[in-house]
Amino acid sequence: MNTFLQVTIDGILNGMIYALVASGLSLTWGVMDVINFAHGEFLMAAMYLTYWLAFYGGVDPLVAWVAAGLFGFMLGWLVFRLVVVHCLDKTPMAALLATFGLSMMLKNGCLYLFSPNYRVLSGTWLEGKKIIAGSLVIPLPQLVTSIFALLMVSALYLLLRKTRLGWAIQATSMDREAAELMGIDTRWILTLVFALSGACVGVAGGLMPMYLAVHPEVGSLFSLIAFLIVAMGGFGSMIGAFFAALLIGLVESYAGFYAAPVLKYVAVFSLYLVVVQWRPKGLFGW
Amino acid sequence: MSDQSGASGNLDPSPVSSSSYTKSVSDFIGIGLLLFLLVLPKLSVLFGAIENYIFPAPYGRFQNLLSSNFLHVLILIFLYSAMSQAWNIIGGYCGQISFGHSVFFGIGAYGAGMSVVKYGMVPWPGVVAGAFAASLIALMISYPCFKLRGHYFAIATFAVVEIFNRMFMVWDWINGALGLDYPIIEEGWKQFIWYDSKVEYYYGALALMTLIFFIVRFLETHRFGYYLRAVREGAEIAESLGVDSTRVKLSAMALSAGITALCGSFFVQYNLRVDPPMVMSLDMSLNFVLITVLGGIGTLWGPFLGALVLIPLQEYTRAWWSGDGLDLIIFGFMIVIVVLKQPQGIQGIVSNMFKTKKRE
Repeated sequence: MNTFLQVTIDGILNGMIYALVASGLSLTWGVMDVINFAHGEFLMAAMYLTYWLAFYGGVDPLVAWVAAGLFGFMLGWLVFRLVVVHCLDKTPMAALLATFGLSMMLKNGCLYLFSPNYRVLSGTWLEGKKIIAGSLVIPLPQLVTSIFALLMVSALYLLLRKTRLGWAIQATSMDREAAELMGIDTRWILTLVFALSGACVGVAGGLMPMYLAVHPEVGSLFSLIAFLIVAMGGFGSMIGAFFAALLIGLVESYAGFYAAPVLKYVAVFSLYLVVVQWRPKGLFGW
Repeated sequence: MSDQSGASGNLDPSPVSSSSYTKSVSDFIGIGLLLFLLVLPKLSVLFGAIENYIFPAPYGRFQNLLSSNFLHVLILIFLYSAMSQAWNIIGGYCGQISFGHSVFFGIGAYGAGMSVVKYGMVPWPGVVAGAFAASLIALMISYPCFKLRGHYFAIATFAVVEIFNRMFMVWDWINGALGLDYPIIEEGWKQFIWYDSKVEYYYGALALMTLIFFIVRFLETHRFGYYLRAVREGAEIAESLGVDSTRVKLSAMALSAGITALCGSFFVQYNLRVDPPMVMSLDMSLNFVLITVLGGIGTLWGPFLGALVLIPLQEYTRAWWSGDGLDLIIFGFMIVIVVLKQPQGIQGIVSNMFKTKKRE
């Protein structure tokens, strides 16, 4: 029973981290129907930023996530203005391919600059700290990241539902032309949404070097899982993405423990195929 | 709900209309190119003779031009344009952007590989079995996936690649993650293995590419090809005119998968080694898509033009800058530029050149 609880806790912690990475993606997909293929590479770039800040400046990730979030915001802004805005009037595939090209540039740019070595940050404040309750162990870095994930998803949800800006974003996502006629500067809204998405993934990248090695390929798997989560949650549904992330985290952890570690991603990807058979627009999609 | 009616293959809403005049010009160029490529390896003898008897030493550059490295690049161009053309049937003409083709490529590679390595036979039974297995698996996977639209379909094909990759990694019968290593065996066309000559591989790849280009050229002007494009432009409208869109999509997928498996078999016979990440990975899948998109999606010449630009770029930048990622930075940059500025790809640039010439 204790093992089961421990595996469940690990699954939830993992799922929360996935939710943090996927929340930004869910935003862009929902508002402008764009899959940002470079999402994982934004994450990787933010992780490198935090790593170098900690390595050379001695700034702890618990502080550096602010800088990483700002960096993600600017990166998102820039990428939208330079690339994505030109794809919006083409088919959805155009943005996917253009951002894929971008992800190649970012990934190999980091490979060129920083070499493919795995870099592990040591001496952070939370390193090795854990909460022990009976026989259960909860590692503190993961717990803190999970709390951030919860806060981030709730903040985004409140922003979308309760503020005037959020209403403008929703209006833009429903009908761009009508929103423009209502006096909403949709181009500005879309830029802001993309930048916000970059900020979310930037914060995730700011926290993750606390317990994950940084290397140029780190974004690939995360972005793949983030795609699954967003699609499984349903078209632009923040809550759907959150539950899908928890589900994927749990399935991954159960399959890894009770079946075999190699099968955990087989289970995760099969789960997606099964879910979309049952609901072709995702769990919360319509 | 925003209108996501299918992942349309064409990046540009207005496709190039090709008249019968441009068709016959393109056929003429194609046959001329084929004849040129057929005699190209023989030219090295000619160049060698020129070098030895007419211009001595200082001009001795011609033979380098047809060195084995140059042949290697040509073989890769043929192989990749054949693969991308196979993808073009379902992705370009039928508009179903699949990121799952590396699965079929891998099955073809493992078919030939198992036949030679595990059973000590000639590769041919494995080639045939691989092609059939790939078509069958394509049907089984695609039937549920075709229910999905747009991004949901694309992500489902990603998931399929990852599942197959991981299953092949732990499947003992096919040696799992170790992969298959070819033993040293007799050379020849029967085994389709040569150790110190590339000319035979060159002709093999040329034959494969020609076959696939002929199939697609045939489709372009026949009923099935029109069905494919009708389904791409709008499955509902096509159905209202009596086209069974699911059946058309499934047969296109099976055809495309079978041909892709043939390319996989060629790959393993040329490479003499195969392991799951080498053939069944997202990177491999993306090669199919990128070459076609860069060259011109949904056009006959697109895959060839794409491979003609990308493969030398990749091979020579790797040779000059020792593969530290610089080649892929340029590659990524080119993709961004092409998608933003020239959605019809290199094919679009070329046909624009033809148009301005005709006006003069």
